[in-house]
Amino acid sequence: MVDDKYEPIIGLEIHVELKTKSKMFCGCAASWFGKEPNTLCCPVCLGLPGALPVPNKKAIEWCVMLGLALNCEIPLFSKFDRKNYFYPDLPKGYQISQYDKPFAINGSLKIKNIEEKIIRIRRVHMEEDTGKLLHAKVDGENCTLIDFNRSGVPLVEIVTEPDIRSSEEARNFLKKLHQIIRYLGISGADMEKGSMRLEPNISVRQLKTQNSNIKAISKSLNLVGDYPKYKVEVKNINSFNFAKKAIDYEIKRHLELLSNGETPAQETRGWDEKKGITYSQRSKEEAHDYRYFPEPDIPPINWTESQISNLKSQITELPDDKVDRFIKSYRLSEYDGTILTDSVETANYFEKAIEQLSNEKKNQLTPKTIANWIINKKVDTSKTSPEKLVQLIMQRTQVVQIDEKELEEIIKKILAANPKAVADYKSGKEQALLFLVGQVMRETKGKANAEQIKQKLIDLVSISRV
Amino acid sequence: MKSDIVELTIKKLRDGISQKQFSIQEVVEAYITNINKYESKINAFNTVQNDEEIQILIRALGNNTEKSLSGIPFSLKDAYVTKGVTTTAGSKVLDGYQPQYNATAYQKILNQGGILLGKNSQDAWGHGSTSENTDFKIPKNPWDKERVAGGSSGGSAAAISARMVPFAIGEDTGGSIRNPASFCGITGLKVTYGRVSRYGAIAYASSLDTVGPMAKNVEDAALVLTIIAGKDPYDATTSPLPVPNYFNELKRGIRGKRIGIPKEFFQEGTDKEVIQKVKEALYKFEELGAELIEVSIPSIDIGVAAYYLLAPSETSSNLARYDGIRYGHTRNNFTVETMRRIMIGTYALSAGYYDAYYKKSLKARTIIIKDYKKAFEKCDMLIGPVNPTPAPKLGELTSDPVQLMLSDVYTLTQNIAGIPSLALPCGFSSTGLPIGMQIMGNMFDETTILQTGYAYQQATDWHKMKPKL
Repeated sequence: MVDDKYEPIIGLEIHVELKTKSKMFCGCAASWFGKEPNTLCCPVCLGLPGALPVPNKKAIEWCVMLGLALNCEIPLFSKFDRKNYFYPDLPKGYQISQYDKPFAINGSLKIKNIEEKIIRIRRVHMEEDTGKLLHAKVDGENCTLIDFNRSGVPLVEIVTEPDIRSSEEARNFLKKLHQIIRYLGISGADMEKGSMRLEPNISVRQLKTQNSNIKAISKSLNLVGDYPKYKVEVKNINSFNFAKKAIDYEIKRHLELLSNGETPAQETRGWDEKKGITYSQRSKEEAHDYRYFPEPDIPPINWTESQISNLKSQITELPDDKVDRFIKSYRLSEYDGTILTDSVETANYFEKAIEQLSNEKKNQLTPKTIANWIINKKVDTSKTSPEKLVQLIMQRTQVVQIDEKELEEIIKKILAANPKAVADYKSGKEQALLFLVGQVMRETKGKANAEQIKQKLIDLVSISRV
Repeated sequence: MKSDIVELTIKKLRDGISQKQFSIQEVVEAYITNINKYESKINAFNTVQNDEEIQILIRALGNNTEKSLSGIPFSLKDAYVTKGVTTTAGSKVLDGYQPQYNATAYQKILNQGGILLGKNSQDAWGHGSTSENTDFKIPKNPWDKERVAGGSSGGSAAAISARMVPFAIGEDTGGSIRNPASFCGITGLKVTYGRVSRYGAIAYASSLDTVGPMAKNVEDAALVLTIIAGKDPYDATTSPLPVPNYFNELKRGIRGKRIGIPKEFFQEGTDKEVIQKVKEALYKFEELGAELIEVSIPSIDIGVAAYYLLAPSETSSNLARYDGIRYGHTRNNFTVETMRRIMIGTYALSAGYYDAYYKKSLKARTIIIKDYKKAFEKCDMLIGPVNPTPAPKLGELTSDPVQLMLSDVYTLTQNIAGIPSLALPCGFSSTGLPIGMQIMGNMFDETTILQTGYAYQQATDWHKMKPKL
């Protein structure tokens, strides 16, 4: 779809709600989703006169841990700032956020599209969520209601550099980020509950070609350094697929404008998921001046090196490392390792099952077999414990190895005793085979599995002279 | 004896109650009597608690009559939120507002058995130094009712001066406790930033706002500070430093202490009588065994400019919540002075102007902090006047906003630096108006300045003078 003379420049801003017990600056519960409106509020998150914010230590630590997981530097000095703007869901008239001294900077995340690629992370910072507006009809009148349950819920914002070149790369990045957040256990990162919200920034630039009129074109494109002078931000997208669609929609729109010699307007656009289109929300001229200044109610944060290394040591093994280890320790393929580590729950399930193997069992059961069972979804891992899984596999595999000869004897016996059924099967009646399988199963007292018996039966029938 | 109740120190009131010389009821009534007598002339209260509410508080004491403030009446600047008691911060924007929680300082006083008599009149949001910038009552100076009580905690100072309460909690962002204390002839303490919780103090300028006691004398101020000071889990800017018992440590004396006299505090334009009275006080300290040293705070010149960028910048953000959606009143209810400060602050923080104004004022702040640090290397405290003049007439300063700003010249830099400063009376003008001095201390060294003020009040009677009403 992308014209070979142009390439998309994409950066992402991602907001993630942390699942701390309490809100960012007060003691109210942070688990707002699905709660009765305005039941998780106090003077602080309602912004009542005289109330003051006291930062949530856990939320800050989690933000730093996410920064570390994204290979960021953690500056030893950090602070909060006020972002001033009016909106009814913002009860203080400003949002406490971080401006020029975020908790984490200059990170990177490796993604795999067709080949590996590094996407640079510009910053990871901490802020508070706003309340929620509900447009409803009350007593026959259209009105807007405000629910402050979400007000003050800890929010981490991750900003990438504009290193992404396609909607597919964007989706891969988001999936990887989502996976890491889930591994850290710091957020449900549940798109449907809005605890992870996506804002792609998109522009399209011309590729350097041998074209002679390149200078004229780049002049018309208003290139700033390497990047186009404009960018379009699409707000509050709540699924990876919508992000991909919105990016594709924008790229196409920009290309059309550019090929007509126009420069797309710098603006903020919304995503209409029903129509599958973006629409203009705010132009550059209407952009806010947020009048950031240091939050005077919260002292700056000064970390020590040991505090940071302590947080680093608390970070769980991340997906990339886990895949490598699985491949090495369990002799799995990269494909198996990747699938098993997709969620930390599956990875842990797999390792718990491995733990069940005594030395004796290890000779009979390889990690690869266990991996296959989990990957091929032969069992429902949410209902079967790892212990039970190992038992199950043992039961079914033992028969094959131990009773091969015995099974043959039994089958021969059954074939001899049931000449009619054998004849029926030979004349094409599938039912007869099932009957024979049943007979064998009864004789083996369930030690052999049906599939195995069936194969053996077919082999033996074909050579039988009955 | 009972007619003198209103002249007694808090300690003596407590002793008298314990020894049954008089009852809590009698103490409270003595003050209520004065409120009933003088309030119509003085305008010290936006809200006076009714008898029933006061009786509920007295009954609530039950047998708990031996706490440090059991049965002691007090008032609060109307900037403190008080659950179920109307709180306006002096602005119509909050007309009729009933808070849902108690300010920490208020709660601590309630916990010690204090009896709230009412909420004091003030400049709206603390924006002013005469208490005339209000949508409600304009307090009058009990020494001359044609004159201002000062501001922005004017109502609290007037109430103490007129013996309507023994103490009050004021709020000082750029002199708002010290200025009216000085104009009204009482004692007021601006504490170190972080010494007393600001939780529940309706914010004017968050990095400058301080919560402090106002009383007839240093002894009472020290007693109240001991109660309200300390780390508060609801205010991240409070210090974890232990709180000394300021009251018990009052009597150590000042022999051998070095008092710095910052020459910039005696500038031209300062009233001659003011300079004379402060100088006389300095000689008194010398007599009491202190050593006087000349020091310099050259940055006082940039203090006014820095303050009137920092404070409006912060107030433009702090008042954003009064957007007309909640609290029942629109933004049209802001006064002209408040609108001026919101506009200046919004401008100073705007893209393109931030570096020239807000950022520069932060640099000035650093210079001012360094100047005070340097001065405190040479001395234990600094002394200078509070105001360049005694109390002006009503209307005199409000007509000229620049003159109003300049009247704060001696009380702004302490807030910018964060240091504590104690204002107390040191004499009277020839026209019979109180003159105040301020004793400035090093960070978190309220102990030294309270000891010094106490020593002075042991040797002089200015704090015992009261207006004829």
